Amino acid sequence: MKLLRMRPGHGETVLAEGDVEVPEQERELIEAFRRELDAGMWAAVPTEAPGGRREAELVKSFDEVPRDAERVIFFPRAAGGAPETTL
Amino acid sequence: MGLALGTATVVLVVLLWELVRPTLVGELARARERWARRDRALAPAGYDPGRERRAEQRARKLLRSCVSEREWAMYRDLGFLSVPGGPRLGAAEESAAYAYLIYPHKPLVAYVPASGELLNEYCVSFPDHSRPYGSSRLPDSDDVLAKWMALTADERRLVGEANMHLPGRQVDPDRIRRDLARLDRWEQERERRARARRPAARGARPPASARADGSVRAA
Repeated sequence: MKLLRMRPGHGETVLAEGDVEVPEQERELIEAFRRELDAGMWAAVPTEAPGGRREAELVKSFDEVPRDAERVIFFPRAAGGAPETTL
Repeated sequence: MGLALGTATVVLVVLLWELVRPTLVGELARARERWARRDRALAPAGYDPGRERRAEQRARKLLRSCVSEREWAMYRDLGFLSVPGGPRLGAAEESAAYAYLIYPHKPLVAYVPASGELLNEYCVSFPDHSRPYGSSRLPDSDDVLAKWMALTADERRLVGEANMHLPGRQVDPDRIRRDLARLDRWEQERERRARARRPAARGARPPASARADGSVRAA
């Protein structure tokens, strides 16, 4: 499993990578996961629904991440408002 | 008497000016230096177009790996995504009661696919306050992916965080209508190509109409 984070000026970076079946690696993944949530990030797991439809699942704890998930993507939490510009 | 007093005053002023001038000039120079240092400290890291381009390339790869092939093709060709709203029960987009247009760094625009009627704008952003390179703005494709993930995972939550406005607040409604027309043409063209490929995939000859315009590709 890979934990990725979107970053301005860079794109995604790998925060942690490991096998959830290996206790030590799972611990590292959990710690990295908590750090990002504590920093105010949202965490999403891209999934494929029945019928091939792609979607995502927002998770609030590591327990909610499917064990077979390949990656969790962290991104800044949503805030209302956007630049006052017109297309 | 008056003349003597006036002259003395002028001489006094000139002498005083000569005395304080070096101090004033020095103070001004130091103040300018302090302001420049403060401005340099506050200024964001310089904009690097190469870095931003690489960031956008990474973001596009990530977006492509997450969304469906159809959605990726739509974003690549049109520059925006259309995502159905409401319960996600596997319904095709054309049968959704409403849908959202996702533009990079623009509000979500809700519309009715069947009629093209514009419903609302949802102003939402994903600012990264750590500002690793002086800006809180994600690359364009990361912004689109963040909206897509939040919308497909928890539409209600995302809409709850957004500021809702009537259409036209930030995105020009004429622009949206043009984009919806482009989307419609794009869907028709995609369907036409898919139809043209089907016989070829089965080893049959494609219809004459498809062969005539040279749009058939090898399966």
